[in-house]
Amino acid sequence: MDKAYVSSEKVGFRAWLNKRLPVDEFIDSQLIGYFAPKNFNIWYFFGALALLVFVVQILSGIFLTMHYKPSETAAFDSVEYIMREVEWGWLIRYMHSTGASFFFIVVYLHMFRAMMYGSYRAPRELLWILGTLLYLALMAEAFMGYVLPWGNMSYWGAQVIVNLFGTIPVIGPGIVEWIRGDYGIADSTLNRFFALHVIAVPFAIAFLVVMHLVALRQTGSNNPDGIEIKEKTGPNGKPIDGIPFHPYYTVKDTVGVGVFLTLFCSVIFFAPTFGGLFLEKPNFEPANELSTPEHIAPVWYFTAFYAMLRAVPDQQLGALLMLLAIVVLFFLPWLDRSPVKSIRYKGWLSKIALALFVVSFVVLSYLGLKPASDLYVILARVFTAVYFAYFLLMPWYTRIEKCKPAPERITYHA
Amino acid sequence: MRKSFLAAALGFSLVFAGPSAMAATTSPHAAWMDWEPGNDVGNIASLQRGAANFMGYCSGCHSLKYKRYSRVAKDLNIPEEQMEKLLLLPGAKKGDYIITPMSKADGEAWFGKAPPDLSLITRAKGSDHVYQFLKTFYVDSKSANGTNNLALPNTAMPFVLSALQGVQEAKFKTVEKVVDGETVTEQHWDSFELASPGQFSPEEYDGFVRDTVNFLEYVGEPVKAERESLGVWVILFLLVFTGFAYLLKQEYWKDVK
Repeated sequence: MDKAYVSSEKVGFRAWLNKRLPVDEFIDSQLIGYFAPKNFNIWYFFGALALLVFVVQILSGIFLTMHYKPSETAAFDSVEYIMREVEWGWLIRYMHSTGASFFFIVVYLHMFRAMMYGSYRAPRELLWILGTLLYLALMAEAFMGYVLPWGNMSYWGAQVIVNLFGTIPVIGPGIVEWIRGDYGIADSTLNRFFALHVIAVPFAIAFLVVMHLVALRQTGSNNPDGIEIKEKTGPNGKPIDGIPFHPYYTVKDTVGVGVFLTLFCSVIFFAPTFGGLFLEKPNFEPANELSTPEHIAPVWYFTAFYAMLRAVPDQQLGALLMLLAIVVLFFLPWLDRSPVKSIRYKGWLSKIALALFVVSFVVLSYLGLKPASDLYVILARVFTAVYFAYFLLMPWYTRIEKCKPAPERITYHA
Repeated sequence: MRKSFLAAALGFSLVFAGPSAMAATTSPHAAWMDWEPGNDVGNIASLQRGAANFMGYCSGCHSLKYKRYSRVAKDLNIPEEQMEKLLLLPGAKKGDYIITPMSKADGEAWFGKAPPDLSLITRAKGSDHVYQFLKTFYVDSKSANGTNNLALPNTAMPFVLSALQGVQEAKFKTVEKVVDGETVTEQHWDSFELASPGQFSPEEYDGFVRDTVNFLEYVGEPVKAERESLGVWVILFLLVFTGFAYLLKQEYWKDVK
């Protein structure tokens, strides 16, 4: 360690501690010594916010687990018990249910940022892949969590989604039975989903978060200009366009946290069901295998993929398409052949493609919430094609378009 | 296995059913579908009246199984003595949940379907639906119990509030429609007419229903009023916090050029 601030003046407990655990060294190297580009804009809040929501979910989840009962006969009642008789139970439950939706909002914005500024490009391919794995784990976590209140939509949603595995040739039916642990969605299904939701998947997510951050520290953050700040270093060996993560970005992220919590709490306290979008009406009725809700639809964050499933008349092909819609994300780093990373310097084709991609995702999400009428199915087909075209045509449109040259130094106006 | 496949198939077929299949069941938009109760769970007097209405007219058949008498009394500022005298069902203690004396088996035998628990009815169906349901009963000689309902057609529930509202007749107009080249006639609701008045004037009955639905909304989420009043302070705190955080950020970022 060549730094002046290391240990000599440390005394008492701090010295004792640091001799045994490298607390200060960690802070020095990972927070103060980590140089991030100084031109981060509003899109760079969402990584830290995703971590915040994860912590909110873990903490509120721990308290829910103290009162929730994972059994066919008691689950629904125990949720109402939490809402009515547990001190502050309603707040904890609304934090958790609102947190689920906000997790996806934040993650979708975070992913959009990466797409916009080319944060998936070399040398950050693995960072992107780890993030996509996190997204997959989050989907599994959200799906299983949604089943736990054992409302009627929990039950029927589980029915439809688990049956998707039944479309796998030959082994499908066996797999469905293996997932459920019964011949139908039943007590054993609820129990294992609880185990996976509170232990297995959160562990996987925590592990992937650590890997995601380690990979980020290795490559350094991208920035809105999509250029590498490490290529221009000052006399101290640090990037000229970089600033210490702490205190600059910790203090800036605190503002982001404030704005985020204001929005988050507005929903918790004034619109916890968010008009039936975050907590759906049919889920206030207990699971009933004899009564199908009028329209079975997953929660809003899955509906884009659900619309794709319904856009195909064949269930097996529909399920395959859904799978491909996620799988294609993993290949993004190699599909983009542009000489520049950031959308700022890419050509018109890339800008239009990204805009159409966003429109397709939003429209598909909307369509997935609605009953599938003829018009909606046609629209779903069109926008599914647009969704895939964004990825599959990328090698072509990123190569033929005329890009602006990326700047030598980042653009920053104080 | 088979059952779940059927279920999935049912789910998918519902999902894939085109608009032509839907048209037969969707009735055109009618005025009563816009009726709203205008609930205010902060209006304690209305909730108290609603509680009395519920205990007097609904609790014979419907439970509020997640709701304790004592919590109702506490939340609605009802003194314990009065609660014991006015609200408790025979044999109930104040800490008990509000459970109807009618057994499920009796309910099934008498109505064909046990009357549902109403603890979460406003959350599952919406307050508007419950309000519309209680306002759109009408005489129907074809129905088993003599009445029918617009909001929930062919409901198993007899109109127990007819002594209050009176006997309401529905006027329908016959509408001709061309579906796939064939002319079909449909009966569309037009208006209600009070054939014989009840104990209440129409305004009084409307107030009665509004109070009752308001009470049911409170029962659906007892904490709603508290949640909203606490929320104001939480948001105010967060705005102040964010303001100071912003000033702090500006101070630090002064050096970044």
